[in-house]
Amino acid sequence: MQTDLIQEARRQAEICNACRYCEGYCSVFPSLHAERAFSDGDITQLANLCHNCRGCYYACQYTAPHEFDLNLPKALAEVRRDSWESFAWPQPLARRFHTHGGAIALALVIGFALLFWAIRAIGSSGGEGFYTVLSHNAMVAIFAPAFLLPLFSLAISLRRYWTEVGGKPIQMSDLIAAFRRAGKMQDLAAGHGEGCNFEDEDRFSQARRHIHQAIMYGFLLCFASTSVATIMHYGFGLHAPYGFWSLPKLFGISGGVLLTVGCGAMALLKQKSDRELGDPSAWGGDIGFILLLGFVGLSGLVLYAFGSTTLMPALLAIHLGSVLTFFLLTPYTKMAHGFYRLAALVRDAQRKRELSVVC
Amino acid sequence: MATQKEAYDIAVIGGGNAALCAAMTAAEAGARVLILETAPKPYRGGNSRHTRNFRCMHGAPLGPLIEEYSEDEYLEDLLKVTGGKTDEHLARLAIRTSEECLPWMEEHGVRFQPSLSGALSLARTNAFFMGGGKSLVNAYYRTAAALGVDVLYEAAVTHLELNGDQIEWVDYTYEGQSHRITPKAVIVASGGFQADTDWLTRAWGEPAKNFLIRGTPYNRGVVLADLLDQGVESVGDPTQCHAVAIDGRAPKFDGGIVTRLDCVPFSIVVNKNAERFYDEGEDVWPKRYAIWGRLVAAQPDQVGYVIIDAKSLNLFMPSVFPPLKADTLEELAGMMDLPADKLKATVAEFNDACGDTSGFHPTELDGVTTSGLTPRKTNWARPISEPPFYGYSLRTGVTFTYLGLKVDDTAQCSTPSGKIKNLWAAGETMAGSILGQGYLAGFGMTIGTVFGRIAGREAAAYAN
Repeated sequence: MQTDLIQEARRQAEICNACRYCEGYCSVFPSLHAERAFSDGDITQLANLCHNCRGCYYACQYTAPHEFDLNLPKALAEVRRDSWESFAWPQPLARRFHTHGGAIALALVIGFALLFWAIRAIGSSGGEGFYTVLSHNAMVAIFAPAFLLPLFSLAISLRRYWTEVGGKPIQMSDLIAAFRRAGKMQDLAAGHGEGCNFEDEDRFSQARRHIHQAIMYGFLLCFASTSVATIMHYGFGLHAPYGFWSLPKLFGISGGVLLTVGCGAMALLKQKSDRELGDPSAWGGDIGFILLLGFVGLSGLVLYAFGSTTLMPALLAIHLGSVLTFFLLTPYTKMAHGFYRLAALVRDAQRKRELSVVC
Repeated sequence: MATQKEAYDIAVIGGGNAALCAAMTAAEAGARVLILETAPKPYRGGNSRHTRNFRCMHGAPLGPLIEEYSEDEYLEDLLKVTGGKTDEHLARLAIRTSEECLPWMEEHGVRFQPSLSGALSLARTNAFFMGGGKSLVNAYYRTAAALGVDVLYEAAVTHLELNGDQIEWVDYTYEGQSHRITPKAVIVASGGFQADTDWLTRAWGEPAKNFLIRGTPYNRGVVLADLLDQGVESVGDPTQCHAVAIDGRAPKFDGGIVTRLDCVPFSIVVNKNAERFYDEGEDVWPKRYAIWGRLVAAQPDQVGYVIIDAKSLNLFMPSVFPPLKADTLEELAGMMDLPADKLKATVAEFNDACGDTSGFHPTELDGVTTSGLTPRKTNWARPISEPPFYGYSLRTGVTFTYLGLKVDDTAQCSTPSGKIKNLWAAGETMAGSILGQGYLAGFGMTIGTVFGRIAGREAAAYAN
């Protein structure tokens, strides 16, 4: 972890702790105000609790040109990215993709190439639909490790995070509280529920929160589609292709639309925001990741639309190539933030629970 | 001199809470309003940027406020701090009107939240702004813009021309040029003069040069002085300001809330000669910080030094700057430039005078007192004995000045020969009409909101 980033965030947190005007906005401030001194782990936890809604920045009487020069959303964003890079495993991969959109694009091209190669080299031994291009077993052979390896990597990272922030054994109530906050994205709504300050300075707006929800639920629907299809395949012997009114298709299409529209809207919305209130060095990596995720959704929809034409094999390679890249990069891109956020919210739920026990 | 591009009905001078309340009210009544704010946009809002709550009467739970807070109780609280130096008619008007202000504020974009941690004692009487005063100011600027109010930042008003019973024109500088406009009515809401150190020094004396200004550097009293020079009637003691004891390392201007220090009751406070000079434990800190502003102002170099030991460190709200820390009193004295032998002697004498401390209670007057010591410490008197020792410096921080424009219950200004028919005042610049001395938390915002709205309404009625 970079000590200068932590130290700057600590300097700002100490000013916030003497002020407390922002207490009502989000989870960060009650957690911050519970401490008198901030360990590196405390700062890391606060950084991952922060959703960068920016309400505190625009409400702050100590932002530049004031000599205190507060910009807590930026300070925490920088610590946050640094924490993800530091906890990531394996290390050499970690410090590339958060800050380099070009690296993501390159990885995507490699993903395409791998899939084209797989289709050509492995091909199919029969089956219907997409399986005429690449057999089911080949797909599983590629995507099972591509799915499980990142999860393994994330598990190592989250373990490191949990140790750093002093996490305790998790109770069911912690999980329920964390998932509830994340599900509603309460920390992007400000205390009064009117959203964040993002695209138009201090105006409160739900745009970012709703767009983010579209992305999150779109992704989860796509994930549900694949999960349901896997169960249908192995559990019930029902093999793809599935009709429109099947669960995999309904989840997949609605999820794909949400994901595509959400990512497109988020990329546009980010153009209107002030980069200096986030982590400016992560800008390229963030936009690259959003476009990659949107491309996963879009290429899936295009594949669905043109799946019965001669374009199908190429479209399949492109879609699966993007999915492969997305999976493999999950621990090293913005995608990791969802896992860390959840961990931070679980830890915060623990903190509140401990507090209520003490009282 | 540049000519006026657009005709405005009303010019509002100032850009804080009172100015914005006046501008929005006037614009809603159909007037064309221009705000002339002397600060640049990041510093807009005057001292309202630093506020955090609004003291509000209520007969039943209202918004974030619990239980009830009657007109009489509110007035009683006010009279306690002003020692009776209060215009009761205007005070009652402000108090009574505060109740209808809270929903009005919400309609105009202000969001409230439950009382802040560290200020729970105000949960019944004061409604806290979510995000504090700057978020209120931001919301009001948004609402004002939607109502068609024009705002010029860094527009410094230099002169209002008073001719008989009316203001003829307003001169201001903007982008390096002088401008003159002739609005039908003018509302002055540009605060006091505390940021003009020369004026403060003339009023208070040389020590004022060492005072810190807790709020905006833009309250220089230019318009106030201009109007007083032309014979507009004033109110309030011109030699007095509201001052509190704050962290001596605070910036000269605009340190705001974070520079407060809450540790005095658990400390001994000495001057630069390492001598104690007042009872540190006289009362709970919120009731004493203003007295300490004056006490420190009366000490050599206008500075005090707070000494606590390890057992008291966590009994008060965290400070913005960490305390000086030393394992011995000599070392601490060295860090603070105090005579070490004298400090040791003062602490030893104090420690010897401490008695039974078993009744110590940090949040109540516990009666744990010294005996045979002058000055006595009458509560929370525990020996300064447990290293490490911690030290803070204390300086006088000025909140606001009392001298202002005298107004009637329609916020209208006057000269000795009668009312000025197109001049109104609101906020800190006329608060001396109600607050003769002392201060009541959240009452400045009440005065600003109530009289801002009155001034806006009256000026619009005149202009239309």
